[in-house]
Amino acid sequence: MDKIDSKLLSTLGLHEIPQGAYNIRKNGQLLGRNSSANIVIESKTDNPGINIRIASNTRGESVHIPVIVTDAGITDLVYNDFFIGENCDVLIVAGCGIHNTGATASGHDGIHTFYVGKNSRVRYVERHVGEGNMSVEKVLNPVTVVHLGENSTMILETTQLGGVTSSIRKTEADLDKNAVLDIRESILTDFEDCATTEFHVSLNGAGARANVVSRSVAKGNSFQRFDSNVEGNCDCTGHVECDAIVMDRAQVVSMPALKNTDSNASLTHEAAIGKIAGEQIVKLETLGLTQEEAEALIIKGFLS
Amino acid sequence: MRMLTLKNIKFSAQENGEKVILENISFEFRTGMNYVITGANGCGKSTLAKIIMGIFPNAGGQILFNGQDISNLSITERARLGIGFAFQQPVRFKGITARMLLEQASGKKLTTAVACDYLSTVGLCARDYLDRELNSTLSGGELKRIELACVLARDCPLNIFDEPEAGIDIWSFNSLVDIFSKLKSKNRTNIIISHQEKLFRSADEILLIKGGKIALSGAPSEIMPKLQNFGNCDRLRGENGQN
Repeated sequence: MDKIDSKLLSTLGLHEIPQGAYNIRKNGQLLGRNSSANIVIESKTDNPGINIRIASNTRGESVHIPVIVTDAGITDLVYNDFFIGENCDVLIVAGCGIHNTGATASGHDGIHTFYVGKNSRVRYVERHVGEGNMSVEKVLNPVTVVHLGENSTMILETTQLGGVTSSIRKTEADLDKNAVLDIRESILTDFEDCATTEFHVSLNGAGARANVVSRSVAKGNSFQRFDSNVEGNCDCTGHVECDAIVMDRAQVVSMPALKNTDSNASLTHEAAIGKIAGEQIVKLETLGLTQEEAEALIIKGFLS
Repeated sequence: MRMLTLKNIKFSAQENGEKVILENISFEFRTGMNYVITGANGCGKSTLAKIIMGIFPNAGGQILFNGQDISNLSITERARLGIGFAFQQPVRFKGITARMLLEQASGKKLTTAVACDYLSTVGLCARDYLDRELNSTLSGGELKRIELACVLARDCPLNIFDEPEAGIDIWSFNSLVDIFSKLKSKNRTNIIISHQEKLFRSADEILLIKGGKIALSGAPSEIMPKLQNFGNCDRLRGENGQN
């Protein structure tokens, strides 16, 4: 592992080789893997990618599966399936860092499927980072599919803070009885970046709850599209919130959609697109910040 | 010692549908004194405060801070020279916590104990608030106290408070008077925009703005009886149909 690898891994939340289970992938190849007593990682035999099997009653353990791409011209596609047993409480950290200083585009498409067992709680953190040659495409198209069993909870935190020139992020989830899905997305785009996110959440079991919150900042000439579809098929609650700060000539399209097939479903959404409020900048200037420092702090807080 | 000198400050603008005019406002604010500026709604009190901070431009005249002409300096530059400002209606921020704002105000990382001290001084149960976002989940009164705590964290030679009592309950109101006394004992200068008689009594000097001018100024014992002729506080407030 060289300095660029370490720096990329650190931006993905890894400051050293993690304890417990991990799988580190670099330029389409395995860089390191470790299974633990309760968490087994194995290569798929049919497709590129891995199966992660977490035994029932595994609590307080974590899995790290970062991907780094440092060569130009790499297009990596993996299928990672997570089989999480019952009564678990685990942290899963994934993400992709692309450092492309070459002349041709590089990218990574990760297709992650989660089968979350009854009464389990999963916190899934996914970070996406792009750096290197500004004019070369760094493409990330993650797909996340979540099947939440009875009384299970998933907190899904996705962060993509600049450098990714093009991304289409798709998330699909279905929730059984009393399952909870809490999605928090943070996106920052700049220059000519283009980012699309699509959420499809089906609330199928009575008492299921979903909260989809997206906060984004679009700078430069960048473009973002936010499509969220929440479907209530029972006595359930769903809420969608998308809040975007636009700067320069950036554009955001926000399309929160709700649908019920059962009259007991309670679904709400709120969406806002706008510049940083002038009064927020003035307030921070009275604390001694310059306009640029004030904008940076507002954006940092907004996306945190 | 002179802390702040206003020379012939002029301003004219439409604000919330009302014309606000200030004409040749001149005054000297001395170091280590508490000043209360009062007057009817729309008379230009807040406007004058914002002109001192650089939030509104002065259409004419000169502002000297510790002898330095700051008339053309930005808000940031005035803040860095040592002018603190508490807004009448504090702004909300999604994602910025009380701790983050206090650290920006003080210009350094704060230990939890120090940050809690600032919040406790303004009557907030500190640990509950330190990591709260300054968003719509906070009430106006809570935000107002955090706003005051930020001014304390800045520890500036000159502090401007725009209606600090608004949204503050009676218990906190007494604490508010103590805060101004403590700042004064540290030789800080406070300019307080207010309608409250209790704050009038704690001031070293009261200024009444009327008709775009300083109509009266002097010690509370001298000015407060005269305020009757201009309408008492409630009437001052009610002149524009607001209470």
